[in-house]
Amino acid sequence: MTADTENAAATIASKPNPAGRLPGRLFGYQLDLGALAVLAILPLMVADVTAGRINDLLIFAILALGLNVVVGYTGLLHLGIGAFFGIGAYITGIVTVTSYPLQFDFVTAMVFSTLGAAACGLMLGAPTLRLRGDYLALVTLGFGEVVNTSLRNLEEITNGTRSLGPVPPASLPRAIAAAIGADQLEPLTQAMASARDYYLTLVILVGIVLFLRNLEHSKLGRAWVALREDELAAKCMAIDTPRAKLAAFAISAAIAGLAGCLYATRLRTTASPDTYGFSLSITVLCCVILGGLGSIRGTLLGVFLLKGYELLLAPWLDQAAQGAKVRAVNWLTDSFPTHPGLISKAEWLLTFTNWKLMIFGLALIVTVRFRPEGLLPSRRVQQEIEEFSPKPRSPQRSNV
Amino acid sequence: MSVAQLLSASDAISPQITFISQCLNGLTFGALIALIALGYTMVYGIIGLINFAHGDLFMLGSFLAWTLVGWLGLEKASGVKTVAGIALLLVVVPAFCAGLNWSVERLVYKPLRNAPKLAPLVSAIGVSFVFMNVGEFWGGESDNHFPSIVSQENLLGKTSQLFFSAEGLLLIGVVVPVMLGLTMLVKHTQLGRAMRAVSQNQLAAQLMGIDVDRVIGATFLIGGALAGVAGVIYGQYIHSVNFQMGYQNGLYAFTAAVLGGIGSIPGAVLGGLVIGMVSALGRGYLSEHWANAVIFGILILILVFRPAGLLGERVREKV
Repeated sequence: MTADTENAAATIASKPNPAGRLPGRLFGYQLDLGALAVLAILPLMVADVTAGRINDLLIFAILALGLNVVVGYTGLLHLGIGAFFGIGAYITGIVTVTSYPLQFDFVTAMVFSTLGAAACGLMLGAPTLRLRGDYLALVTLGFGEVVNTSLRNLEEITNGTRSLGPVPPASLPRAIAAAIGADQLEPLTQAMASARDYYLTLVILVGIVLFLRNLEHSKLGRAWVALREDELAAKCMAIDTPRAKLAAFAISAAIAGLAGCLYATRLRTTASPDTYGFSLSITVLCCVILGGLGSIRGTLLGVFLLKGYELLLAPWLDQAAQGAKVRAVNWLTDSFPTHPGLISKAEWLLTFTNWKLMIFGLALIVTVRFRPEGLLPSRRVQQEIEEFSPKPRSPQRSNV
Repeated sequence: MSVAQLLSASDAISPQITFISQCLNGLTFGALIALIALGYTMVYGIIGLINFAHGDLFMLGSFLAWTLVGWLGLEKASGVKTVAGIALLLVVVPAFCAGLNWSVERLVYKPLRNAPKLAPLVSAIGVSFVFMNVGEFWGGESDNHFPSIVSQENLLGKTSQLFFSAEGLLLIGVVVPVMLGLTMLVKHTQLGRAMRAVSQNQLAAQLMGIDVDRVIGATFLIGGALAGVAGVIYGQYIHSVNFQMGYQNGLYAFTAAVLGGIGSIPGAVLGGLVIGMVSALGRGYLSEHWANAVIFGILILILVFRPAGLLGERVREKV
């Protein structure tokens, strides 16, 4: 960070917090470092499967940060981020698997995925960016569906629902590996390999967070905020709005493509095309909005809560409640032996993962009800809501 | 070839016949999508919310119809009982959906009127998840067969190569009057005028003595009822209901609404018909698998050349 932006950040930070809000300082860098430390030692303390899921969580965090660039900074609704994630994963698949001639190493695949997804972002953005808000949202949604259908049906290229694999594990480019003698080392054990994948993801996540933090305060970042607040005014201030929007689209797609590359590498396969559909895009969007639009910490928190629930908490709870469920079903079978339908319904009801959507939905509704600006909104958004937002429906009914 | 010849031709199926029957399929399916799209477009027109839960509301309506058909034994009924049964379905299911939609609006969206624009959108996604889970519990995870209530015989005679059954007739017979009624309501009644006023400017409408909350509530009631009607007809026309049908058809309907120009009622109908036709012709002439890509590809193309949808108004940016 340059001295200039540091000053700017300090000016924002020194403003008194509006009453009734969590003090911003409480979530200072100590907390960030603490969270990082927890993430760094967590995989050492849990089972391998859980460590893999935490790795997925971090990959989704990268994806959400990418989406945040378009939705949070620029204020454009984007409903197709999953498509870019999928494009990244499939490019990695195509340039690395043995059934294709290229068989590049991981680093090259990462570069290709990132640039390829960014190119797709530019291709989608260039003709459609003059559309107004919700129409643009629909174009991104439609693009997501087109990509999804293509991944599923272009069997000669993507292998259809059988997916591409095996994607080789992360490695250095061959020339570098040979130069430092890394190719002479013995192959890693399973646990070591998954630890390497995990720390690789963590390092990339930290890198992206730092990159975005700087980007926020750069000329481009400030142009995005101006664009979000008032496009016309931004234009009058000589901001090249189409270019700024296009840059947001491309950067967001690039980050999503990078996340896709990591995902395919971690799973060792590109996974079925359905993984990259509308429901993924929507879930990631929910994470960003729930955490706080335009806020890096908020986005990360949103991912850890929503995806964390889905990947870690729900399966764990199910396991914990297994005994109680068996007892209840046994009791029902004894008491109502003539109602098999009732018992199967009851069994369904008592399985925790079946309630995933319900709990997910209620959590979204309740959080939005009580913190509509998100759990950890960016300071700027919070200020805007409190100071500048006009209240269009202010007259109370009793006054009329 | 005249229409009469077409209808009675009995030799090998000619390309014209295939084309006409694909169009017929497209129009009927499109009418159904239009019915769902109206719910999206009305809510959007009034409060600017993309109501993601609308498709799942339609799914719950379809499930209720499916359960009722089973309870009342309408599958085996005939004559007066069938007519009475259909009438009952077309009253109970829309009433249920309307009530549900209205309650959700009161409980979930109303407290968010002054929240940032994307907040109600997330709530709507939340409601959609909740509805989907209820549907999963209600009907299980697999497809459920929706029995046929009316006869599936070809109304055009056994020898005709074109197929149009009483189910299609029921669809047209319900959808067209509902749409006409809705247009009349919005154009010529006090409530419709109030709705148009609120959609143009809430504050000004309030100053003119319009009870904005009541009008928004009424919009959700009407939109919900339309979803209920669509649910009944869909079950009867497609014969299969499952808890994920709301998502796929909701996506089509949302697309139709935006394609026609979101907020515009004739636009939603036109959009629905376009989607239906594209989908039927895509399925018929390309491949079943590519239908979605064709639909959304055409959608993107149309929006590139007509950025506010087919019938949408061009909004000039205000200074």
